[in-house]
Amino acid sequence: MKKAGIIMIIGSLLLLGLFKFPLWNIVLGAPQYPDPLGMDIYIQGIQGVEEFDIQNIDGLNHYIGMKTIPKVEDMWEFSVFPKVIGLMVALGVIIGLLGFLGKVSYKWFLGWFIVMSILGLLGMYDFNLWLIEYGTDLDPKAIMKLLNPDGTPMTYKPPLLGYQKMLNFDVDSWPATGAYMIFAGMMLTVVAFFVGRYEYKKKVKTEPILKPALA
Amino acid sequence: MKRTINILLALVMVAGLVSCNDGGNKKSKRGNQGGLSSNAAERVYVAPGEHDEFYAFMSGGFSGQLGVYGLPSGRLLKVLPVFSQNPENGWGYTEETKPMLNTSFGFVPWDDSHHPDISQTNGVLDGRWVFINGNNTPRIARIDLKNFKTEEIIEIPHSAGNHSSSFITENTEYVVAGTRFSVPIPQKDMSIKDYKGNFKGSLTFIKVDQETGHMDIKFQLMMPGFNYDLSHPGRDKSHGWFFFTTYNTEEAHTLLEVNASQNDKDFIAAINWKKIEEYVNNGGGQKVPAKYAHNIMDENTHTATSTMKTEVLQVNPMDVPGAVYFLPTPKSPHGCDVDPTGEYIIGNGKLSADLTVHSFTKMIDAIENKKFDGEAYGIPILNFEDILAGVVKQPGLGPLHTEFDDKGNAYTTFFISSEVVKWKVGTWEVIDRQPVFYSVGHGMIPGGNSRKPFGKYFVALNKITKDRYLPTGPELTQSAQLFDITGEKMELLLDFPTIGEPHYAAAIPGDMVAPNSRKIYKLAENKHPYASLSDSDTKVVREGKEVHIYMNMIRSHFNPDNIEGVKVGDKVYFHVTNHEQDFDVPHGFAVIGANNAEMLIVPGATETLVWEPKEVGVWPFYCTDFCSALHQEMQGYIRVSPADSNIGLSWSLGED
Repeated sequence: MKKAGIIMIIGSLLLLGLFKFPLWNIVLGAPQYPDPLGMDIYIQGIQGVEEFDIQNIDGLNHYIGMKTIPKVEDMWEFSVFPKVIGLMVALGVIIGLLGFLGKVSYKWFLGWFIVMSILGLLGMYDFNLWLIEYGTDLDPKAIMKLLNPDGTPMTYKPPLLGYQKMLNFDVDSWPATGAYMIFAGMMLTVVAFFVGRYEYKKKVKTEPILKPALA
Repeated sequence: MKRTINILLALVMVAGLVSCNDGGNKKSKRGNQGGLSSNAAERVYVAPGEHDEFYAFMSGGFSGQLGVYGLPSGRLLKVLPVFSQNPENGWGYTEETKPMLNTSFGFVPWDDSHHPDISQTNGVLDGRWVFINGNNTPRIARIDLKNFKTEEIIEIPHSAGNHSSSFITENTEYVVAGTRFSVPIPQKDMSIKDYKGNFKGSLTFIKVDQETGHMDIKFQLMMPGFNYDLSHPGRDKSHGWFFFTTYNTEEAHTLLEVNASQNDKDFIAAINWKKIEEYVNNGGGQKVPAKYAHNIMDENTHTATSTMKTEVLQVNPMDVPGAVYFLPTPKSPHGCDVDPTGEYIIGNGKLSADLTVHSFTKMIDAIENKKFDGEAYGIPILNFEDILAGVVKQPGLGPLHTEFDDKGNAYTTFFISSEVVKWKVGTWEVIDRQPVFYSVGHGMIPGGNSRKPFGKYFVALNKITKDRYLPTGPELTQSAQLFDITGEKMELLLDFPTIGEPHYAAAIPGDMVAPNSRKIYKLAENKHPYASLSDSDTKVVREGKEVHIYMNMIRSHFNPDNIEGVKVGDKVYFHVTNHEQDFDVPHGFAVIGANNAEMLIVPGATETLVWEPKEVGVWPFYCTDFCSALHQEMQGYIRVSPADSNIGLSWSLGED
């Protein structure tokens, strides 16, 4: 299981990219914003793509009564997410190492992947809840109150994934470098599982032949 | 009927031009104004959203400002206020900018700006700064090309009519300011009849700090009392020299049009500034009393300070042997232009039928061999024949100025015959001539003042407009005309109106300047003493009869917006900080009854307007620059109570 263990370690280490690179990126473009406004969502907080993008997004959002973009201290996620990721990286490396030494079964790799997937889905769910909250819980004193064609108040939830036209803005919401790194890392842990299984099966196949010979 | 025939004729002519438009041989068929036969419109057309190739900085002449135009479109991009107040953005009216227009004569809110020149490094344009002279109240301004803002103005003492200015040496070591009018130095009460021999002409060399651009007068050369008309730095091989044309070497003091035009030859003064610099660095020269203002705009406090200086270093040319020579040049030379190689010095005798070209090599040779033809006030006069490189014979009437392309051609403007003449440097043969409309002064080729001209366009800067545009009453704008000079023949592409008098101009490729152009001032770097960087900084403070309002603004409100407790007779200072950090979102500020101007405050900056309420009432203030969907709501009130009222200061910050 040497190869599988190494792949598992590399895979889980790729998650460390989240501490350096943004997980998600939302870009707002409009005719009067030839250089679109953008925010990079990191696990530790939200930053503007350009220095003053957050201030300018907040400035625009106040017309429709949206809250300002949350600061680090405003959301528990920004303190919990880094810890969860750190823990999962440590777990992954330990499992990989134990696998490398042959102390644990390759099934642990899949186990890690499943736990990580569940956490990831929970994270996405939480992110979406935040987007809904952000886009719908509007200040009742908002300057502009717009209605949908059906008469319901318009909400401004950015898409979780993909493109959406919102008023005069073209909003694009896509995974960023950090997300691609988790994706690649998690795929590697799946690869580690299959490689581990292959290595195990090869070992099992050879063992029965060896045993009688020894006997 | 006649009109119909004319239209038919025109149609036939157009058809003819189109049908023989064979593309390959187009150029030779173009008439002198052949907009129809050529694709001139296409070549000056800059499609919506696209940028011009060049920035052209065109002097605003008697407007005292500097116009920024795009070439080839001829679009006016911006008027940069320099020497004159500009109510559009409060330049010269706000407390921060008023010191910029301070002089030893007091506050001088206007001037006559003439010759812009762009900073250079190794003789090549570098796009850091533009310098321009104020002709009337002798001043030189430095405009920073990151901020596109006048950031420094230095007054020139002992000068009158700062005309042979503001040309710069090839590493921006010096900017010069030569006086057009000689005057008594120091000034005194004396009879004008005693001009001859008693008046002096000062040539001022201003050192430029390469880091900050800050200017400082290094020395003033005290020359004989001629009129120092124009100047040009040597470059490349003649780097280290500066050349000044003179007229009125007769030293006449009345009816100059006749009496200053008697000498067959006047002079180009050749100044070896490196030699004088060395002399000064070794303690040479004499400090004399002088009074002149030095005004600097601080990028972080957004505030100008004016310092009055009290002395200047004078140099007598007699004390620096070998530093100054006179080159005889026929006849009342005006323009003084040095070609990109630095070898040829063109003196355009404006009353001469020919163009005189001096050779720098021959000049040095004549100096070394002491081939002099007398002296004037102790300054050696070189022999005309010994230094002559060549003559362009009978090119036109009234030659003024010469610019150069990158292919060894020169372009001289002729005021009287109203044309531009292209000739070959070295062979002195005339290659082409084109009429201009009308009475051209300077011409300009981008980088034409440097070692490396961008020989694509020539701009004629004309004095008279007449029938070129729709009439606008007796007062017409002046005009500029754009020629394509890439071919053998010049080709008129466009003419466009300009602000003031487009006296001279300088141009630089857009990509050498645009990437460095500032978008906003960072609020975090705002060091203005009255800035309100956060809402908690906003306040209203009374200091005796002065009320200071610390106000900020962001789309679409002022903070504070309602102010009470101001009284008739108070002097109210609105210190307004723009909190936007977004490109192109300035806010304006105007208050009813202001006797000065409004303000235009760019993102991150603070500016101050003084308002003196004269009547009791509740008076509105508002944003003058359409800033957002709620621009109309961007307003507030200031309550003015009687002088003896006891209402205390109060203000609101958005609460109900």
